[in-house]
Amino acid sequence: MDAIEVNNLTKVFGKFTAVDNVNFNVKQGEIFGFLGANGAGKSTTIRMLIGILEPSSGDALVSGYSIKNQPDMVKKNIGYMSQKFSLYNDLTVAENIRFFAGIYGLDGKKYEERKKWVLKVANLENMENVITGSLPGGIKQRLALGTAVIHEPKIVFLDEPTSGVDPISRRNFWDLINELSDGGTTILVTTHYLDEAEFCNDIILINAGKLIAQGNAKALKTNYIKNPILEIESERVVDSLEILEKEKWVGETSIFGNYIHVILNDSTINEQHIFQLLQDKNGIAVKRVEKITPTLEDVFIHLIEKDSKKNVQ
Amino acid sequence: MFNRIFAIAKKEMRQLKRDTRMLFIVFFFPVVLLAIFGYAINFDVHHIKIAVYDQDRSEYTRDYVSGLISSEYFDLITYIDNDDQIKKLLDEKIVQAVVVFPKDMSRKLLSKQEVKIQFLVDGVDGTSANVIQNYVNAATYSYSLQLTKEYLAVTGKKIYVPVDLQPRFWFNPDLQSTRFLIPGLMGMILIITAVISISLSIVREKERGTIEQINVSPLSSIEFILGKTIPYIVISLINATIVLLAGYILFDIVIKGNILLLLFGTFAFLFAALSLGIFISTISDSQQVAFQAANVTSLLPSLILSGFIFPIESMPVAIQILTNITPAKFYIVILRAILLRGAGISAFWDQLIYLGVFGLVFIALATAVDKKSKNK
Repeated sequence: MDAIEVNNLTKVFGKFTAVDNVNFNVKQGEIFGFLGANGAGKSTTIRMLIGILEPSSGDALVSGYSIKNQPDMVKKNIGYMSQKFSLYNDLTVAENIRFFAGIYGLDGKKYEERKKWVLKVANLENMENVITGSLPGGIKQRLALGTAVIHEPKIVFLDEPTSGVDPISRRNFWDLINELSDGGTTILVTTHYLDEAEFCNDIILINAGKLIAQGNAKALKTNYIKNPILEIESERVVDSLEILEKEKWVGETSIFGNYIHVILNDSTINEQHIFQLLQDKNGIAVKRVEKITPTLEDVFIHLIEKDSKKNVQ
Repeated sequence: MFNRIFAIAKKEMRQLKRDTRMLFIVFFFPVVLLAIFGYAINFDVHHIKIAVYDQDRSEYTRDYVSGLISSEYFDLITYIDNDDQIKKLLDEKIVQAVVVFPKDMSRKLLSKQEVKIQFLVDGVDGTSANVIQNYVNAATYSYSLQLTKEYLAVTGKKIYVPVDLQPRFWFNPDLQSTRFLIPGLMGMILIITAVISISLSIVREKERGTIEQINVSPLSSIEFILGKTIPYIVISLINATIVLLAGYILFDIVIKGNILLLLFGTFAFLFAALSLGIFISTISDSQQVAFQAANVTSLLPSLILSGFIFPIESMPVAIQILTNITPAKFYIVILRAILLRGAGISAFWDQLIYLGVFGLVFIALATAVDKKSKNK
C-alpha cells in the first residue's frame, strides 16, 4: 500500500475549479515534492489531504484512511506544518511543546522522550524557557517541524515550510527533513525553490489545478524537453533576447540573471550560429555559449507555458 | 478527552498571563465599571439647593422652611427679597428650586383661608425635578396636616383622616438605587468580560494562523471550545465574586437567597454569553472586528435594553421584543430575585430556560457559519 493514494481529487469553489481531477501516489518513506505557482492549487490539495477541507469529488487514501469518510482518522496519523509556523509566539518553547504533546495525548515517559528530541532537533537544548516569538526564523521553523511531528506520525505534510527563510537555515531544515525520511517517515512537501525539488525522490507539477508533470528530477529533465538547450552569456542581455526571439529556430527563451536559456527548435543549430548572430551581425559581445542539460526550472517554465497556451486556446 | 481539554485550558491561562491588554479587560475593566456605576449612577437625590423668597416673614414661613431643611434632602442656600433674584439664581444654577411665600400668608392662615406657596423648580433635569416635587409635596402635606391638627385641637376636636396611605418598600426599604443597580451591574460586567474575552481568544488563533494547527490535530471542535471557555468561566466566577463582595462591603448588599441557585443561574448566563462570544468569533476575522462586535452586542444592549437602568415594562412593545437580544436581561431578573428578594427557583425558572435557548441558538448559528467557512 502506498502512503498516499490520490484518486480523481477535485475541489470546486463556486465556478472556480481549484483542483481538477488530480491523481498521484506517494510511496512509503519517500520525500515527495509538490510544485506549482502560487494559486495553482497546491494548498487546496494539501488542505484536502490533511482532512480539513472536503473534496467536491474524488477521494484520497492517506495512510489507508479516506479523507472523505474518515478525516478524523487521517488527522490522527499525520503531521502538518505550514508556512505560517503555527506556534504560539507568546508561549515559551517548553510550553509550546507541552501544549502540542497535550493535544496529541502524549504524557509521562513518552512525553519526556519526545520533548528531548524536539529540543535537540531545534537546537534549543537548555533554552526551553525562552519565549518562542523571540527566536530567529530558522530555529522557530525547526521547532515548528519538531512539534508538528511530536506524535511520530507516519506521514508529514509541509506546506511551503521554507518560504522566507535564509539559505543556511533552509539547508539545516532540509537536513532535518532528510533525517525524518531516513527514519521511515513519508514526507509531502510543497515548495517554490527548485533547488529543494532536487532533494525529492518524486515530484509532481501542478498548474491551474491540473497535474502537468510527474517523475523524479532526472526523468523530468530528460522526458519533457527533447530539444537541445543553449546557455548564453552575453552583454546587453535584454537586447540579445529580443534578437534571438526573432529567429525561427528559437523555441522558448528565459533569462537567468546574466544568462539566457534558449530551447532550440532545430538541432542543427550550434554555438557558432549564436556567435555569428549576436556578435558579428549585431555587435553584442558574447562571452560564452554552452549546450546544457535542462534545469528543473527550464522544464517547469516550458511545461507551464505549454499548458497555459493550451488553456487559452 | 479530558487531557486534551485540559491542555487547551492550561495553554489559554499561560497566554492570558502574558497578555496585559486582555488582563486589563478581564480584571481591571470590571473594577472601573463597578466604581463608576456604583457611585456615579445614583438616582437618589439629596441636598437639593434651595433659596427662599419670604414675603411674609412670619412664624409660619419659618416653621415651613425649617421643616424642609431639617431633612437631608434640602439645603438652604440663601434668602432673597425680590423677583429678579429668582431668575438669576435659577439661571446660574446656584439653586435648583426657589420657595416663594405670598405676602399675606400668615394673615390668610389666621383667617382660615387657603394659602398657595409657589415652588419654582429647575426642570432641565427631569428626573431630579420629579424627585424634588415629590419631596416638597410630602413636606407640604405633613405641614398642612400639622396646622389642621392644631386648629382642631383649639376647637376641641380630634382630627379624622378617613384614608391614609402607609407605603412600605419591600426588598429595598430605603429605595436605594444601588441595591437595584448592583445586580444589573454584575450582569453587565460578566457579559462584557465573557463575550469579549472568548471571542478575542478564538479570533486571535484565526488571525495568527495557529488555529490551522488545531484544525489538523485530532482535537474536536467541542474539545477546543470547552478548553477555551473553562478558563474564562473560572475568571467570570471570580469577577462575580468580586462584584458581590464589593456590593457587600461598599453598598451593604447581602445575598438573601440560595448561593447554589445563584451559581447555577450564573452558569446558565455564562453559557448564553459565551455562545454569543463564540458566534462573534466565527463571523470576525480580526481581533479588532471581534472587539467591536463584542462591545456592540454586549455593552450597549446590557446597558440599555437589559432592564439594568431603564425598566423594560415602560418601553414600547417593539423595543421590548428587541430586549431579548441580550442574555443580561434574563440574568438580571434572576439576580434581583435571588440577591434582593431571596426568591426560590419558582420565581425565575422561565429565565433559565430563556438563557438555555439563547445559548443553543447562538451555538447552532456559530456551528453553521463555521461549517460554511471551512469549505471555502
